[in-house]
Amino acid sequence: MIAVIEPTWYLLLAALLFGIGAFGLLVRRNPLIMFMCIELMLNAANLTFVALATQLGDINGQTAVFFVMVVAAAEVVVGLGIIVSILRRRPGATADDLAELKG
Amino acid sequence: MADLVWLIPAFPLAGFLLILVFGRRLGDPKAGWLATAMVFASFVVSVSVYFDLLGREEDERETVVTLFSWVPLGSLQVDLAFLADPLSVAMCLFVTFIAGLIHMFAIGYMHGDAKFSKFFLYLNLFVFSMTLLVLGENLLVTFLGWEGVGTCSYLLIAFWHTRESAATAGKKAFITNRVGDWGFMLAMFLAFGAVGSLSYSAINEAAEVGALAASTASAIAILLLVGAVGKSAQLPLYIWLPDAMEGPTPVSALIHAATMVTGGVFLLTRVNPIIAASYDWVPTTIAWIGAITALFAATIALAQNDIKKVLAYSTVSQIGYMMLAVGTGGYVAAIFHMVTHAAFKALLFLGAGSVIHGMNDEQDMRKMGALRKFMPITAGTFIVGWLAIAGVPPFSGFWSKDEVLLFALADSTLLYVVGIVTAVLTAFYMTRQVIMVFFGEARWTSLANDDEAPEVAEGEEPVETHHAHGEFKPHESPAIMWIPLVVLAGLAALAGILNVPELFGIPSNSSYKLEEWLHPVIEFGEADISGTWAYDNKYILVGIAVAAVAIGAALGWLVYLRKQIKPWEPSLFANGWYYDSAISWFMGNPGREGFQAVADFDATIVDGAVTGTAVAVKTTAGEVRKGQTGYVRQYAGVIGIGVVLLLGWFVVIRGIL
Repeated sequence: MIAVIEPTWYLLLAALLFGIGAFGLLVRRNPLIMFMCIELMLNAANLTFVALATQLGDINGQTAVFFVMVVAAAEVVVGLGIIVSILRRRPGATADDLAELKG
Repeated sequence: MADLVWLIPAFPLAGFLLILVFGRRLGDPKAGWLATAMVFASFVVSVSVYFDLLGREEDERETVVTLFSWVPLGSLQVDLAFLADPLSVAMCLFVTFIAGLIHMFAIGYMHGDAKFSKFFLYLNLFVFSMTLLVLGENLLVTFLGWEGVGTCSYLLIAFWHTRESAATAGKKAFITNRVGDWGFMLAMFLAFGAVGSLSYSAINEAAEVGALAASTASAIAILLLVGAVGKSAQLPLYIWLPDAMEGPTPVSALIHAATMVTGGVFLLTRVNPIIAASYDWVPTTIAWIGAITALFAATIALAQNDIKKVLAYSTVSQIGYMMLAVGTGGYVAAIFHMVTHAAFKALLFLGAGSVIHGMNDEQDMRKMGALRKFMPITAGTFIVGWLAIAGVPPFSGFWSKDEVLLFALADSTLLYVVGIVTAVLTAFYMTRQVIMVFFGEARWTSLANDDEAPEVAEGEEPVETHHAHGEFKPHESPAIMWIPLVVLAGLAALAGILNVPELFGIPSNSSYKLEEWLHPVIEFGEADISGTWAYDNKYILVGIAVAAVAIGAALGWLVYLRKQIKPWEPSLFANGWYYDSAISWFMGNPGREGFQAVADFDATIVDGAVTGTAVAVKTTAGEVRKGQTGYVRQYAGVIGIGVVLLLGWFVVIRGIL
């Protein structure tokens, strides 16, 4: 008998992923790593959507996921472009170095 | 023909534009002839408009010609419109005619001046403004002309602007006039607020039917009086006129005798229903300002030695008479005196110009004398002007001054006494001037230019030191200058027939012509004096007036020709009652401190509020922006905390979930 995985576990996993992402975003300084952490958080949200959609039998949750993925893809395109051009001009720059607009 | 009334200002405007473009090419004297022709063309149009109106019924003698809508702003509708009615046409007739003669005179007077064509440019612009002033159908068009004549007077007084005193006099005239203009503008605002229109017909009708409250009417009248006092050189704003003698003499004749200074009297006559609808103290104020100015300026004229300064103060004094007439409800008398004064004062000024011209720009009467032998035509015409201004019957000044004094006596004996004393003084100082300039011994050979000459020991021949004036001989002016003098002399002698009373057997169908003509305009404001003691005893008044003239002239004769009485010319009078120096002192000391205090208030309180606000904003912003650290991870942390707090708020406080 295949043990049915309760939706709760999915939610727990998603929470864990989100926590890792948020923690990484706050403690790491490498812009690329921070970027990956954001992706992690986005996908944690996706997992939540899908899990709850299955549990509630509602297709809307899965639809929302597609939107998130499109937004994430667009974000990657723009964000990576910016990061690459920054690192090309200032090799080894961390996120804390990019503080030209501070008050 | 009355529809062509717009041509009256159009001709001088065309002259102005033509000289503006071709002036330098036309040069001396063609530019002058062009300007003169334009002004006479205006006169011809005025005459034809006059005959057109004359041919109509009395209550139809009014034509409004609207050129275009000038200021269409909601309920403020102002047209550029001209009003041809008996008053404006009467003004146009004498303004354009006398201005034309003065233009003609100026061709001779300004001959050889480097800025000859520019002079006529300004003169034509001036005549344009003046005709605009008198023909305006509403207060704003009049104001346009009013400002125009103010600007032109500035340009013309300061015509020889390389001379410091001329430039200063121009500025003084302009600034003093601005003080009066302030009153005019406030009056316009008030009139628009109360009546909703600036047109004379609407304002006057509101006053006539009683739609204008007495308090509003009084305020408008007093503010217009402020304007009139500035333009017509009355106390306390007369100070610019004597200084304005710095301009070329034709300018003095045109602006400061015949036209511009009468603008204030004209304006008050135009709005006579408003004055009639005011409280009683308003006309009384006007009358007293006029009377006091007349007396005050006459005393100053007693002790002036500059040939033009005497005439300048005399002008102030004579306009005082007109104001006196306006204040006592004698609008016809005011206009009558304005016309005769324009003739004889233009004559006197031009005569003075001719003398100055003949004396090589000498203006000090102490260095003249016995000129009648050298300048017979100037002397003859000047004497006619003297008889007219002094009020010797049957010259024009006699009739108009008597009419003014008649209304003064009907109003108040005190005003009449002031008027009679002024008449004595007028006869006295004019006699003094005529004697000093044309009679007595010739002082120009002995005194000419002596302030520049070194000390000469007695008995020594002073010929060498006077080489500049050694062969100098006064000469009569050319025909182009004396022809206007002769015409004006005729006018000054005969202008009285415009409005002779029914005395001395003058038939009633030829008397009071001007009153008949102006009747529709001044009907509402004109005082009814029939039945007063003064009205019933005109012969006595005539006798008093003639006696006053005789006393003044005889005194002048005794003092200055027979030298039986020592001249009495106190420095108080010679210095104009120290009015100018009092103003200078006041403005220099307490005035300056006061204005400094205002400036300080502005710098500290007003500016302080503005800069204080800016400093407060800047400081706050400086503190707040420190929150923007520029660390992305800090922002992310703040956002995260914020999300948690929001969630907490939703869950715990709002109880969602």
